[in-house]
Amino acid sequence: MGRAVIINSIRFFVLIATQVFLFKNIGYYNLSIPYLYILFILLLPFGIPNALLFLLAFFTGITIDVFYDTLGLNALACTVMAFVRIVFISVTVQRDGFDNEPEPSLGIMGFRWFVFYAIILTFFHHLILFSFETFKFSELGYTLIRVVLSTLFTVLLILVTEFAFFRKKIR
Amino acid sequence: MRNLWLFISKYNAFFLFIIFFTISLILLINNNSYQRASVWNTSNQIVGQAYERVNEFSSYLVLGETNDSLATENARLRNLLKSSYYDDSLKQVTVKDSTLKQQYTYTVARVINNSVHQKNNYLTINRGSKHGIKKGMGVISSSGVVGIVLNVSANFSTVRSLLHTETKISASVDGNIGSLVWGEGNYDSRFALLKDIQSHLTIRKGARVITSEFSLFPPGTNIGYVSESNTRDGNSALKIKVKLDTDFTKLQYVYVIINLLSEEQLVLEAQNKVE
Repeated sequence: MGRAVIINSIRFFVLIATQVFLFKNIGYYNLSIPYLYILFILLLPFGIPNALLFLLAFFTGITIDVFYDTLGLNALACTVMAFVRIVFISVTVQRDGFDNEPEPSLGIMGFRWFVFYAIILTFFHHLILFSFETFKFSELGYTLIRVVLSTLFTVLLILVTEFAFFRKKIR
Repeated sequence: MRNLWLFISKYNAFFLFIIFFTISLILLINNNSYQRASVWNTSNQIVGQAYERVNEFSSYLVLGETNDSLATENARLRNLLKSSYYDDSLKQVTVKDSTLKQQYTYTVARVINNSVHQKNNYLTINRGSKHGIKKGMGVISSSGVVGIVLNVSANFSTVRSLLHTETKISASVDGNIGSLVWGEGNYDSRFALLKDIQSHLTIRKGARVITSEFSLFPPGTNIGYVSESNTRDGNSALKIKVKLDTDFTKLQYVYVIINLLSEEQLVLEAQNKVE
């Protein structure tokens, strides 16, 4: 329990820092923008209570918003993402598997499941983020292109990060 | 009650989602000017369109009167035509007239929302920035002064009607200039008050009240006529009640006045402030 808190805290600070100081300046012509910080919400443990999950997601979003000057936008996207996460996990993971599988990382859950999980969650996060940023229906096509391209970019970064740091956990 | 708690705790993810979603949405709309502006714009657009629909129906009910007022207007304009004057000079000379320069142009607009019963009344018209309407322009009807443009969107504008406590119009009666206000003690849409006219003057009942040279309306635009004029005790100004020419309850078509020289005037007047 204590170990999970420490690991997740460190992960939180590292991911926020890289997002704000590095990935904020990276992008492909405003079309493909990476949001790697959502990996923090992706990797929260299975057993986390729903209330805490929403609170953490909201807080993460607000933290990013403070740096991006878009108060509420990332918080909104993260809240939606937390909800999608709860639904996705309740559909795909057996309940009795919670005890010996602490967190949904690549090493533990396997490549196919993790890629699917990352793509779905990232897609919903980006969909909400970009559509509320644009805030009009008339640019729907452009927004969807942005969502798809950014999802690809973010998922790629998530997979790279997972392969780089969490490989040794494979049992 | 127990069942309700069971229900809520069973679907707690959904309820938490709703709560956090609402909080973030409120934060987003309150703190980001672009999103806030688009929310208000969209709702204004929807409201404007709804009013336009309703007005399409209700305008049928006053079609006869609208026709009458248009016919009177036509007749009045026809009277102003050159062709309606009898030319009694023997030789006709065409002179290219450079002494007159057009200062005011008029854009016709339809009133799609109107109120007369509030303390501060507004109108909505179906012309906006697309048609050259800007904030602060004067609005008149075929019979007289209506109000001042307050806010402009692409297709609609709101007009602060004369029936508004903050509307002040510089008016003149028999050459004496005062300011026309509404809502100080009276909330009757047929009458307004003319203030700041010295009490030693006698203003006869029935005198025409027109806009003065200082107002943003063309000088001499009809406002109404004096229906009552008396002094208040110990007050240096007359209390003049003006019967308005415009029937605000039946407004259908109005004209927005575009002053072609106003920019020049404003630029010149702004120089005064700099010095």
